[in-house]
Amino acid sequence: MGKIKMSKKPPRIDMTPMVDLFFLLLIFFILTATFRQPEAVQVDTPSSVSETTTPEKHVITITVSKDNMVFFNVDNGIDTSEHLRGNILRAMAYQYQMKFTPEEVKKFEGLSSFSLPMDKMKAFINAKSTEERDAMHTGMPMDSTDNQLLYWVRISRQYYNDFQVALKGDKDADYKKIKKVIDILQENNINKFSLTTSLEAVDISLENI
Amino acid sequence: MAEIIQNEGGKQKGKRRSKRHSTHIDMTPMVDLACLLLTFFMLTTAFSKAKVMDIVLPEPPKKEENVKPPEIDTSRALNIVLIGDDKVIWYNGLANPSKPPLPALHETDFSDEGIRRVLLRRNKELFTKIEQMNEDVVTGKLELSRDTLSARKNKFKRQDKKGPVVLIKAGENVKYKNVVDILDEMSITNIAVYALVDINDVEKKMIADFLAKQSGTAPK
Repeated sequence: MGKIKMSKKPPRIDMTPMVDLFFLLLIFFILTATFRQPEAVQVDTPSSVSETTTPEKHVITITVSKDNMVFFNVDNGIDTSEHLRGNILRAMAYQYQMKFTPEEVKKFEGLSSFSLPMDKMKAFINAKSTEERDAMHTGMPMDSTDNQLLYWVRISRQYYNDFQVALKGDKDADYKKIKKVIDILQENNINKFSLTTSLEAVDISLENI
Repeated sequence: MAEIIQNEGGKQKGKRRSKRHSTHIDMTPMVDLACLLLTFFMLTTAFSKAKVMDIVLPEPPKKEENVKPPEIDTSRALNIVLIGDDKVIWYNGLANPSKPPLPALHETDFSDEGIRRVLLRRNKELFTKIEQMNEDVVTGKLELSRDTLSARKNKFKRQDKKGPVVLIKAGENVKYKNVVDILDEMSITNIAVYALVDINDVEKKMIADFLAKQSGTAPK
């Protein structure tokens, strides 16, 4: 029996295939990751047991913040080729007899939710920084004399009929305000919508009835 | 660990030393980094999704059609009035001032022993049926796809003729959280029929009386 020669050098593992695989996966995940747009307002959603996930695209999000401000947002997911936001803004501008330059429309497509009347929209789009924009949310007019939320929803649905509506309310928002938003949705014949919640686990058994 | 075996510059003396090995680059730090980023992206894609609760409201009656609201069987009706501060008041039957006596009110909360117990008691039959089916699916006795399962649940709910008809009413100053909580209780306890309705004056008065009486008797 010959002696087994021990190699003096530490064994080297060729890591190239592993690295190849890692980078492949890394690239896949980077590309599929969708970054959430910075929200105009922080909302602490109530929890529920529902496990349905939010639709990814073609979703109208109406956010009601803690201090009962109503924010509107149309999200087209990662696909920007449809220019839905731009078209909706143009239609809204037509409705309110305003004019937006193509640059302004393009800029609006990159923005997120807002809560301000149409006449301030131009200043909002042309604001230089996010901080400046955040200070401009003064509330969406939604009373019977000037119901702009109703028009935003209606015009959005004219451009794409199957918009899903997600209502994202803060825990401490007043139900009255939410009810108002729901009424506006129903006025637009939207009777099915989703309430955004965070997940909570509940365990019940028949024994404790 | 992090050594890079460099190609020793052999040109200085004119003699070119031939390399024995191909240059080995230690890839450990790179792998570390790639691994870290990979984990980050995997986790963020999996957890960034918010959850939603779907609700379907009945179509509001059109004014010109003058449709009467559907009649509710008094024995099945269960009214839940949200009064804010995580408290609820519930009563059985319907409050009709022309047909006294008015139903008795009970105050409870959103804890496991609170409104859930009330709902479960009333809805025991349907709840047991659906839970049994869920359990059969989990243990493998019954093989159903997710869609079929939810379709069957809906069928059970439609066929249910004994469970409560829950009317949810929100009083003044109710926070949105409580409304979601109560809707959530409906789905937890598998209530077949429930509706969000406006509170009426009779109930407002009943609740005001109830709360006044309660605060009056509390100090004793």
